[in-house]
Amino acid sequence: MKQFSTLFQAIESTTSSNAKISAIVNYFEQAQDLDKLWCIAIFSHKRPKRSVTTTLLRTWAAELADIPQWLFEETYHIVGDLAETISKVTPANKNKESKTLSDWIQYIIDLKELAEEEKKEKILYAWSALNSDERFLFNKLITGGFRMGVAQKTIVKALSRLLGQEENVIAHKLMGNWTPQNISYQELLLTEDQKHNLSKPYPFYLAYALDSDLQNLGAPDDWFAEYKWDGIRGQIIKRDSHIYVWSRGEELVTHQYPEFDALIDIPDDFVIDGEVLVIKEEKIASFNALQKRIGRKAVSKKMRTEYPVKMMVYDLLELNNADIRDQQQQKRRLLLEKLFLGISSEMPLRLSPLVSFSTWEELHDIRNNIRKKDAEGLMLKRKTGPYKTGRKKGDWYKWKVDPMTIDAVMIYAQRGHGRRANLFTDFTFALKDGDRLVPFAKAYSGLTDIEFREVSQFVRKNTLEKFGPVSSVRPELVFEVAFEGIAESKRHKSGIALRFPRIKRWRKDKPVSEINTLDDIKKFLSSD
Amino acid sequence: MAPLIRFTSKGIYCPQADVYIDPWKSVDKALITHAHADHARRGHKGYLCHHHSINILKYRLGNINVQGIEYEKTININGVTISFHPAGHVVGSAQIKLQNNKESWVISGDYKIENDNLSVPFQPVTCDYFITESTFGLPVFQWEDQRVVMDKINKWWSHNKEQKVPSLISAYSLGKAQRLIQNVDHSIGPVLCHPAIANTNEAIIASGIKMKESHPIGDNYNNTEALFICPPAAIDSLSKKLGKSSVAIASGWMALRGARRRRNVEHGFVLSDHADWAGLNQAIRDTGAQKVYVTHGYSDIFSKWLNEKGIPSQTVETAFEGEKMVETEEV
Repeated sequence: MKQFSTLFQAIESTTSSNAKISAIVNYFEQAQDLDKLWCIAIFSHKRPKRSVTTTLLRTWAAELADIPQWLFEETYHIVGDLAETISKVTPANKNKESKTLSDWIQYIIDLKELAEEEKKEKILYAWSALNSDERFLFNKLITGGFRMGVAQKTIVKALSRLLGQEENVIAHKLMGNWTPQNISYQELLLTEDQKHNLSKPYPFYLAYALDSDLQNLGAPDDWFAEYKWDGIRGQIIKRDSHIYVWSRGEELVTHQYPEFDALIDIPDDFVIDGEVLVIKEEKIASFNALQKRIGRKAVSKKMRTEYPVKMMVYDLLELNNADIRDQQQQKRRLLLEKLFLGISSEMPLRLSPLVSFSTWEELHDIRNNIRKKDAEGLMLKRKTGPYKTGRKKGDWYKWKVDPMTIDAVMIYAQRGHGRRANLFTDFTFALKDGDRLVPFAKAYSGLTDIEFREVSQFVRKNTLEKFGPVSSVRPELVFEVAFEGIAESKRHKSGIALRFPRIKRWRKDKPVSEINTLDDIKKFLSSD
Repeated sequence: MAPLIRFTSKGIYCPQADVYIDPWKSVDKALITHAHADHARRGHKGYLCHHHSINILKYRLGNINVQGIEYEKTININGVTISFHPAGHVVGSAQIKLQNNKESWVISGDYKIENDNLSVPFQPVTCDYFITESTFGLPVFQWEDQRVVMDKINKWWSHNKEQKVPSLISAYSLGKAQRLIQNVDHSIGPVLCHPAIANTNEAIIASGIKMKESHPIGDNYNNTEALFICPPAAIDSLSKKLGKSSVAIASGWMALRGARRRRNVEHGFVLSDHADWAGLNQAIRDTGAQKVYVTHGYSDIFSKWLNEKGIPSQTVETAFEGEKMVETEEV
């Protein structure tokens, strides 16, 4: 654990990505294969299944620190990180242990089958054998949510430097649902034939937001325009009579969308990229409908009938076992269209249409009316571009429509976590309904750090009541809240649910008397 | 019988002696625990402080009517005995004790238990009623020994020197800055101070206190062997002037990973002039007080904790800046 802890401290104490890469390379040169593998797994947000509940960890930590539970909880709310709170309230270590990263992970995995008392004994032993920094890491391994300040890109670069392999090759190798329990370091990184893993997806190509004038892109004729659908990005793999569906978060979600099992009857093998949407009778439903399907493990027949999903497909990455990502966008499009000739409309796949346009002005007009098409904007793709790895500038741009906005008052505030622990960063907003205030949206982004500080000071001075970490606040601060979509909702008091609400700006110029009403926001329902 | 101390809108007040302690509005007679801005404000007719604070107060507040007193010496005003006792927070910092024939109170101001090798170390003072700060009144705050922290700072400084980049550390201009000057390893290189710190140093030295050598920065921006010390507010502008440099913050808040990441600091050294969790608890026990008033900091939480431990306690609203934690500019 000492080596891993050193690596962690090195990463934490620099903001230079080059220094981070060097630190990782340095660790890999010293560590054993299994430790390396777990280290990559952790950086890729893979971790062992939770074998102890956080409730138990909190109870034991308070006990060991000899403080009442409420004090532990209050402290946790202020620190904003459970692993850190535990590591700092528990006493300094008395013992020493030479276990490495993977040893400790195995130790955690082995807890799973134990009775509560035995778990406790093991956890308390670990806390007494590790120093404060190591304790923090140990706790993180149990509780998950490791934000080490290392982007996937950084680990890819480090491995590329260490192994002398190209970055996109490494990125591909790291994809998929491998775990250190079902693959070796050798198999993951040092074998060239990745076909042994049928389910392995390709890294997604992510678009940049268009940040300059369309004119700067050059001739309109060099570009495809497509609708930007508001669904879930996905990759469907059909290889050797197997279907795999991957989310952009590299989660295997095949079982959540049994609709796609039908693809098995398509003669060709392929890997396609597109957007999963609820499409009923050829009409695209709101994101709210899709939300009913997200994260559901068991999908009932009723769910499938009420919220049937299909994929709006826009790219082809592999055709009959040939990786075609290096081919030009227009070539891939051609092959995709050809593939679709053989796909019946019974299949849950739709070809995302190209938007025809001849001048940039024309495209502006199309974008302004885009909501009628149930899209949230346009995508621009260079006809000659390859399918790249990760977020790269140059060939793909997203061009979203301006969000809808409304002026609302803040009524609840909650402390943030991690970097923003100690500041109030999560707010609930309300609109007027007669002389009542009705909460309608929560938002936690959109202000600068300085503004967050200022708002936090206001919250501290104007708290009316506290419910655990949440404070109800004198309704005085007015914000412009932006959102991407709106749908009716029976679950919410306000009767509406918003898509991606966030703070657009702080309206210091507006008094509460001038905020919008619930009726105002409901007008968006019909226009959406 | 009226209590000896009352909490008023102008500050902590002793009616019998007609004096205020660290008042935040203008009064006739102010007793000052220490020279930090939230405790020593402008606009009082007369100030009484420990004699080591006189020069610093004058430097900070201009031409004021101020008198000094030594630790442990007593004065008597209308039947109230007043004495100043070492608080160990910064040079000249004091706990102020007021006593009549019925009861005794100690107003601690800010304090730390550890000896910083510059200010006179904290001494517990027994009393009936104790007013305590609670800036770091949570069990996650447990300071390492000062030598360990200084060792880390020295290592960081030496490493930077080898890499030929200047070391820039932010520290409060009264207290932390001098503590660094006094405890870092001067064999590594020269210590260069921002004007606000250099002026404070002068005021301290003029009070007859010996300090280790340091120099004003002047236009000495190219010295890669030096340790540059500046107040938190000046860190951005100075780091621009230095060009490529290694930037660190010395503060108790650096104990929290969230605070370090919020400030995007590469090096956060956990060094505070306030008592940590254990220190606060120890200090309170040692007073033997029958009741404790908890002010700036995590006062609600700390007060509840004391009550559960069987030490009657309540919180008091003051204008002392317990909430400055957010900017990590601890005072």
